[in-house]
Amino acid sequence: VSAGMESGFGSDFGSGGGGGGKLDPGLIMEQVKVQIAVANAQELLQRMTDKCFRKCIGKPGGSLDNSEQKCIAMCMDRYMDSWNTVSRAYNSRLQRERANM
Amino acid sequence: GGSGSAMDAPSGAGLGGADPQLQRFIEVETQKQRFQQLVHQMTELCWEKCMDKPGPKLDSRAETCFVNCVERFIDTSQFILNRLEQTQKSKSAFSESLSD
Repeated sequence: VSAGMESGFGSDFGSGGGGGGKLDPGLIMEQVKVQIAVANAQELLQRMTDKCFRKCIGKPGGSLDNSEQKCIAMCMDRYMDSWNTVSRAYNSRLQRERANM
Repeated sequence: GGSGSAMDAPSGAGLGGADPQLQRFIEVETQKQRFQQLVHQMTELCWEKCMDKPGPKLDSRAETCFVNCVERFIDTSQFILNRLEQTQKSKSAFSESLSD
């Protein structure tokens, strides 16, 4: 459990300021951030698909019927709600841990 | 000491080469990723414990369950680390007394 977290997660680094090389460190950092964001989105989608398949699909039929589709749609929203709730709760806990240090 | 996450990277070490800006960036992004990964993991675990049938919204009982779940998960993690540290301490005290 990391207790020494930054308070916000929106740290931004300006481009340039590097040692006059061909590679712009600012550009690289932006690209890395994008790749990280994509990886996180994929992770979220993968877990959401797993959970919602388990919740909404009983015996697999020849296609997704209306009730299954509605269930999946609701499940997606609830999974996002849950993710956000967990994120907030974890962040609060980390702040509290840091305040007690 | 030495328990817990390996977040105390020595400054000026190899990561990112000599560029302190890049090094700082890597440190920050690594921390952010640790956070994200744990949120993924806890959401998955707590979903199993707290979610019955997905409804039109997250009701307050489920929300409370998720919050409690996060807190108890972290408590569990800390408990395990503390107890591990204790048992290791008592082990090394034992082996020290043997070598006297």
